[in-house]
Amino acid sequence: MTDLQAFREETRDWLELNCPSEMRKPGDVAWGGRNAEFSHPDQKIWLERMGEKGWTCPTWPSVYGGGGLSKEENKVLQEELNSMNARMPLASFGIWMLGPALLEFATEEQKLEHLPSIVKGKFWWCQGYSEPGSGSDLASLSTKAVKDDDSYIINGQKVWTSYADKADKIFCLVRTGPQEPKHNGISFILIDMDQPGVTTKPITLISGKSPFCETFFDDAKAPAKDLVGGLNKGWTVAKRLLEHERTMISSFGLGSRGEVGDKKSGLVELSKKYIGLDSEDKLDDASLRSKIARHDLNSRAFGLTLQRIGEETKIGSPSAASSMGKYYGSEHNKLRYELMLESMGTKGIGWEGDSFSIEEIAITRDWLRTKANSIEGGTSEVQLNVISKRVLGLPD
Amino acid sequence: MALVLNEEQQSLKDIAKEFLQKNAPISHFREIRDTKDPLGYDKVLWKKMAELGWAGILVSEEYGGFNFGMMGMGGILEETGKTLTPSPLFATGLLGVSLIELAGDEKQKKQLLPKIVEGNLTTAFALEEGSRHAPCNIATKAKKEGNSFVLNGEKTFVLDGHSAEKIIVAARTNGGNDQKLGITLFCIDSGTPGMEITRLSMLDSRNVAEIKLKNVNISSDCLLGKLDNGFSIIEEVLDRAQIGMSAEMLGNATQAFEITLNYLKERKQFGSLIGSFQALKHRAAIMYSELELTKSAVVGALNAVDEKSNDRTRFASLAKFKAGETLHLVSNESVQMHGGVGVTDEYDIGFFMKRSRVAQQIFGSADYHIDRYATLSEY
Repeated sequence: MTDLQAFREETRDWLELNCPSEMRKPGDVAWGGRNAEFSHPDQKIWLERMGEKGWTCPTWPSVYGGGGLSKEENKVLQEELNSMNARMPLASFGIWMLGPALLEFATEEQKLEHLPSIVKGKFWWCQGYSEPGSGSDLASLSTKAVKDDDSYIINGQKVWTSYADKADKIFCLVRTGPQEPKHNGISFILIDMDQPGVTTKPITLISGKSPFCETFFDDAKAPAKDLVGGLNKGWTVAKRLLEHERTMISSFGLGSRGEVGDKKSGLVELSKKYIGLDSEDKLDDASLRSKIARHDLNSRAFGLTLQRIGEETKIGSPSAASSMGKYYGSEHNKLRYELMLESMGTKGIGWEGDSFSIEEIAITRDWLRTKANSIEGGTSEVQLNVISKRVLGLPD
Repeated sequence: MALVLNEEQQSLKDIAKEFLQKNAPISHFREIRDTKDPLGYDKVLWKKMAELGWAGILVSEEYGGFNFGMMGMGGILEETGKTLTPSPLFATGLLGVSLIELAGDEKQKKQLLPKIVEGNLTTAFALEEGSRHAPCNIATKAKKEGNSFVLNGEKTFVLDGHSAEKIIVAARTNGGNDQKLGITLFCIDSGTPGMEITRLSMLDSRNVAEIKLKNVNISSDCLLGKLDNGFSIIEEVLDRAQIGMSAEMLGNATQAFEITLNYLKERKQFGSLIGSFQALKHRAAIMYSELELTKSAVVGALNAVDEKSNDRTRFASLAKFKAGETLHLVSNESVQMHGGVGVTDEYDIGFFMKRSRVAQQIFGSADYHIDRYATLSEY
């Protein structure tokens, strides 16, 4: 038996023993944090066990609490988790975005301090990037951080902070060099949200939901030791972290709801249910059938592409190709929801009330939510700029 | 599933690239077109390609071949797509070899395959009868008379039909038009009396012919595979053919894109390189994304054949759909981005647009495959 086969058997045995039955079916995913909420006691058990094993972050080094698995071992682990329908133990921007950036840019002390708590889901992290005046032109940001002894005093406003109202900590881009050229005066800093200088206000979106907030800093404080990647060198960290964010959003193209952690939307199943089949067992709307099949084919090609990129590049270093994934995945996910809505006819355009099922309302609201997919993490147009510059080498 | 070429496959592809760029660049295709070469390809070049082993990529080792699989064949076809190299590689090395390998008896395989591997025998597959791909819509009749068959009918869009020595004909021995049962394959010498072969002049100069069969009397030894049951073989060969053609189209699109990208980096207007204009940059980036998806679809499909996946047919539709749409997009955009010179015959970029439209019609367009994919997926 090869080492990998042995690992597969050990993994299967461990999961069989440790994954609670409730966690082997679809449902919501825990976000952890100081005030962690669990929709079922098994969710807590599952998170604790996986966190202890380091398998919430399987490929991170074990010295930082991670699983220490190789790329091949992680593939086996993911296959085993999939085959038992195991739910993700933890949803976290710490895992998807901050952690990989810390692994690359943080000092040893910073890694030892922050990574293990991310693995165990002890804090809910959020991202402080965009500002009211700095959207696509992110590097023009103006939130200020001024050194005061061994702290930084922060003043300014962030916007589109996902779940800021629930988060414990924020990784933030701040201006520390106001005299420097705009890209060279930015630092990357970690700030605790639980202090009087930090306030948040949810933003109601067109979907009726409020996953985003405005975040205000009024003389908020952060320890100087929590500045990551060097003074005025935050833009390098920021760009890399954006690649991780874009890779995360890419996966929406494979069929999530636009909200992290949801199960596949099943466009084909949905269209069968609402449109029905004709006497030849074809969807009873020839034009829509062809649009759906085209989308279905592209889903497959896109899925194969993410898989191929994964095979070609080393883990932990998303290339500029993450922009391609982000561009295509978000546009593709928007199209999926357009087709779902079209398939549902008048059942897809309700807002609330008993005449529409919970599922129908959810799809309608999610359709509106997907409109942000091609805006958040850098608009589609920004991604196309990145591709043309960094991948295709087109001139400025 | 392997989505990246292994070392051997990559090295085969690299050698093909080097060989073709050196011995058969686009200028070679242009010369054959301009001189109206009666054969439509260079026999000496084909002999060299055979010496490199390309004619025998899909042939089993017992018949002198290399059994290198579709991943190997796809890599070479992609490279010939970049240089637009005319050769019997597709019609003989893929179509002919697959038909004989899958349908032929021991005697036929021993007789035909080693000759193909050596580059001494070429084949063509006479399937289509109408102007749109319809594989079981076969009216050409083969009537049994004693120990022979008599064939009557008309075939069109036969790749390499004008130059091949053996024509493999799909004819009806039973059943009505459009029925899968009752279709039989015959392997016929192209010089057999009653075969009227007319070369067609296609817009991209691809080698294609029309074949009329008038009382073509052949021995029953010409039967390739089982009487009445040829269609399952045809289906399997068509899957390979669609995937192989997609690999060639990926090569077409990749090359057209590269030529265009270079043009964007050297052409100046308004005092700037035109590649600095966002109106062109974004479209170039979209083409890049579509090419990446096409590459994955093609490699996934090549791999599906080699791995004997039971989803092979859907993969074939995926590859041909994606290659068809992407090549269509890239060839149109490439001409537009070249501006005035893009519509001149002097520039090579127009070749790719012409080739795109012809390749689209070979064994089903993107729209054909969208419909087939949905049907196979039961919706």
